[in-house]
Amino acid sequence: MIEFHQVNKWYGTYQSLVDVSERIEKGEIVVICGPSGSGKSTLIRTLNRLEPIQSGRIVLDGQDIHARGLDVNALRSCIGFVFQQFNLFPHLTALQNCTLAPLRLRGLSREQAETESLALLKRVGLAHKAHAYASELSGGQQQRVAIARALAMKPPVLLFDEPTSALDPEMVGEVLAVIKDLARDGLTMLVVTHEMGFAREVADRVLFMDQGRILERATPDEFFNRPRHPRAQQFLSDIRSPFVSA
Amino acid sequence: MTFLEMVDTYWVFFLIGRYPHGPLGGLALTLLLASAALVLALPLGLLLGMCRVSPWRLVRWPVTALVFVVRGTPLLMVVFWAYFFLPSITGVKTGQFTTMLLALVVFDAAYLAEIVRAGIQSLPKGQSEAARSLGLSYLGTLRLVLLPQALRHMLPSLVNQFVSTIKETSLGYIIGLTEVSFIATQINTQVFTLPTQIYLILALTYFVLCFGLSRLAFRLERRLSERTRRRPAGSEPQPMTPRVPA
Repeated sequence: MIEFHQVNKWYGTYQSLVDVSERIEKGEIVVICGPSGSGKSTLIRTLNRLEPIQSGRIVLDGQDIHARGLDVNALRSCIGFVFQQFNLFPHLTALQNCTLAPLRLRGLSREQAETESLALLKRVGLAHKAHAYASELSGGQQQRVAIARALAMKPPVLLFDEPTSALDPEMVGEVLAVIKDLARDGLTMLVVTHEMGFAREVADRVLFMDQGRILERATPDEFFNRPRHPRAQQFLSDIRSPFVSA
Repeated sequence: MTFLEMVDTYWVFFLIGRYPHGPLGGLALTLLLASAALVLALPLGLLLGMCRVSPWRLVRWPVTALVFVVRGTPLLMVVFWAYFFLPSITGVKTGQFTTMLLALVVFDAAYLAEIVRAGIQSLPKGQSEAARSLGLSYLGTLRLVLLPQALRHMLPSLVNQFVSTIKETSLGYIIGLTEVSFIATQINTQVFTLPTQIYLILALTYFVLCFGLSRLAFRLERRLSERTRRRPAGSEPQPMTPRVPA
């Protein structure tokens, strides 16, 4: 479904992705974790071309996403992206946030688009907030609307870039519950997160990244109980007991 | 001649010039010139502003050059160019009204372009990233997501520029356009004994126009912000419970 071949990316002289190669199957739920600055977010942002790469190939459904003549807007419309900062459009209501893209890009009538979007808002538990603006919603609610918005284009792939990192602790659960629910649908999902409990429960596979490299690929069970790479062992022990110095 | 006699004799002249026996002038001409300049400069300014942030250099560079040239020149110069220089190229002698209108539109559009550019660039990057991730095109993103928000933020600066435009119409005086300042000067020449009163009335006239516009804009601004910033009734945060089907 998704293949990274020898992907390299630099920001100026800083190399943020180093020879990343990975293959993600259809329907797989992959959690990417690692310390900050390790290239996790960059990696998923290259997949919908929010970030350019300098070398390598990224293939989605057999199609090189950097191929000449490829319609980048069409590519992006089949990859849902959920941001750390939600990025709801503040001048539109929750419902309008969801209907905006389907109305323009899927050629739906207003009625169809609204029916579909209302169903999505209901699914994330926010049908009663359909006519609220972002400023009237809590962080957790905003992120759930953002998820509904991403789903409105019916993308087969969903990317989550630290979806709970900007939330107050008591709102993390409601967002994770929504993502967990989606995981049952057979969507292909890449989730960058620091929520290890979530990773353990939902992920089919965990990728551990540091300094632009994927250092470990494992099932959640292997990763959390028997990490092989020393850097991964260090990372796990650090997040388990943050107050104990090494 | 007393003050009241002066007002009684000249008020029609002050308001509409020699109209209907001669060309329209006075306050009516000033209003006409200012509104025409606003109506034409705003769309041109929007267009130039969008060019200023364009990713295509071929579009961005010429407009940037134009903006810098106009901003680095006093309006008086622009008026002179339009009045003396333009006819020598085109071979057509444009009337004073058209000349002044042209100068005002070009001058204000350049300033508006900078306001538009600042308005667009001040939006968080996440807004355009979210829109592009949904698959919206560059122009679609600009039109549906960025401009509606930017215009709201820009409103105070826009009004500022509009107020300037009203006052700038007085420069029509130097090319003999019979707008309200020109008329006031003519009245003063004829009456001769009441310069303070005449120019006070002129100042008051400009003040009323500009103040009225500012107040109008202020109310518009408040109405717009009420719509997106209103808080839910009883705005204490409620406990968040995920409403996700288990």
